[in-house]
Amino acid sequence: MNSAAIDRILLQFFHELQSYFALAGRMVIRIFQRPFYYREFTIQFDKLGFASLFICTLTGLFSGMVMALQSLIQLKPFAATSYVGGMVAVTMIKELGPVLASLMVAGRVGSAITAELGTMVVTEQVDAMRVEGTDIIKRLAVPRLKAMLVALPLLTIVTDMISIVGGYIMSAGYDINPIMYISALPQFMVFQDLIEGVAKPAVFGAIIAITGCYVGLGTKGGAEGVGAAAKKAVVLSSVLILMADFFIAKIFVVFRG
Amino acid sequence: MMSHNSLRMEKLCYSIGGRTILKDFDFHLERGVNRTILGVSGAGKTTILKLLLGLLEPDSGSVYIGNLCITGLPESRFREQRKRIAIVFQGGALFDSMSVGENVGYRLFEEGVLSHAEISRIVREKLSFVGVEAALNLYPAELSGGMKKRVAIARALAADPDYIFFDEPTTGLDPIGVYNICNLMQRLQAEGKTTLMVTHDLATAFATSQRFTFLHKAQMLFEGSEADMKRSTIPEVQEFLEPTDRSLFI
Repeated sequence: MNSAAIDRILLQFFHELQSYFALAGRMVIRIFQRPFYYREFTIQFDKLGFASLFICTLTGLFSGMVMALQSLIQLKPFAATSYVGGMVAVTMIKELGPVLASLMVAGRVGSAITAELGTMVVTEQVDAMRVEGTDIIKRLAVPRLKAMLVALPLLTIVTDMISIVGGYIMSAGYDINPIMYISALPQFMVFQDLIEGVAKPAVFGAIIAITGCYVGLGTKGGAEGVGAAAKKAVVLSSVLILMADFFIAKIFVVFRG
Repeated sequence: MMSHNSLRMEKLCYSIGGRTILKDFDFHLERGVNRTILGVSGAGKTTILKLLLGLLEPDSGSVYIGNLCITGLPESRFREQRKRIAIVFQGGALFDSMSVGENVGYRLFEEGVLSHAEISRIVREKLSFVGVEAALNLYPAELSGGMKKRVAIARALAADPDYIFFDEPTTGLDPIGVYNICNLMQRLQAEGKTTLMVTHDLATAFATSQRFTFLHKAQMLFEGSEADMKRSTIPEVQEFLEPTDRSLFI
């Protein structure tokens, strides 16, 4: 690859980066500007958030069960199986709950946002809205961002709680009673872990919404373009979630000292 | 000469992906003069409409809505001026998630100035004008192609614009559908609306417009009346009016 090609790729990369953050900035600023499109927000909250409850429940249940299973196998030789509840809770609440719920929602919701907006772009509905005098960021992007900012932390809390229940279902088979299981939780966790467990999905929710809107509103071509955009949105938001997870974790570690 | 009652393009250049669509293009649409832009598919006709609406940003040159140069301005700065213009997109571009009534009343609901009852009255009036009042509660997916275009015209009319753009309004319609659309355009013109249409359908163009612009290879090759066009000796124009086996466009 020659230097001109590298220049072109870098230029394209930084142009995309600039456009992404420009859209993100405009979306965040417009959260506080009228009109607020409450009806659109409730529709999006229902479509993007409430409708994801089932997959988050399944994700929580099985990840909690597998976490408990693996932990019990490791803890049994040390006669420390009573700590399994704490291990499941801290791992799920701080890391796996937010990340797994977000990745599941990114797959389901990120692609849906992109496909919906992409179809609106290629069928000129977005242009029609602009001509009708609508600020499309306020009308189309911000309600989705708000919905995700509220919905994903709630979905993550549900995922965490179900995973703890799932962990107990596995632990019951190892003669661990509910009191023993629950009492291990405070020994492993501090209040800051709960904050981290809610802050992460809020950021991930913003990433899913912004990425979905960015890719969707930039869709080109027909049906093929919409398909490609949906795929790009899922991959991009998943990668960004994993990257953001590391940086947020690092920030919390630094603050904890 | 700039006028409050006109839309203009001056020395406009626009390219996409390295392909020149328009080069040093001048265009003027005065109120009361209904115009059609003709040209083969891919000549850049729809691009002109989108540039006039500020939906696309030109590489160079200027676009004016009345006295306001919108080139380089953020959309929020010319949104009010643009409300003087409405467009009927090729596929209708009706909002899938809204009923016909909500589509037609969209701008009025967004503006939030009129009462719900008043908006409903206007919506029914516009749907009645285009002859699809029975479709009020249907969704776009339940409409035929011709009905979609008529609903799109009703939506364009709802905000009482001065100019209405039509992007290939008769494409894909049967002869009755074409007749209905032509008839509607003539009724709109009689009500004082100025229409700008892009099409390659000559019959519709000659039935609804007084002035014609012929676009070929990024430039305006012809501008004039129907009679001027038929008398034109420009080979591309002649070829467009009466294609031969040795077509210049192949």
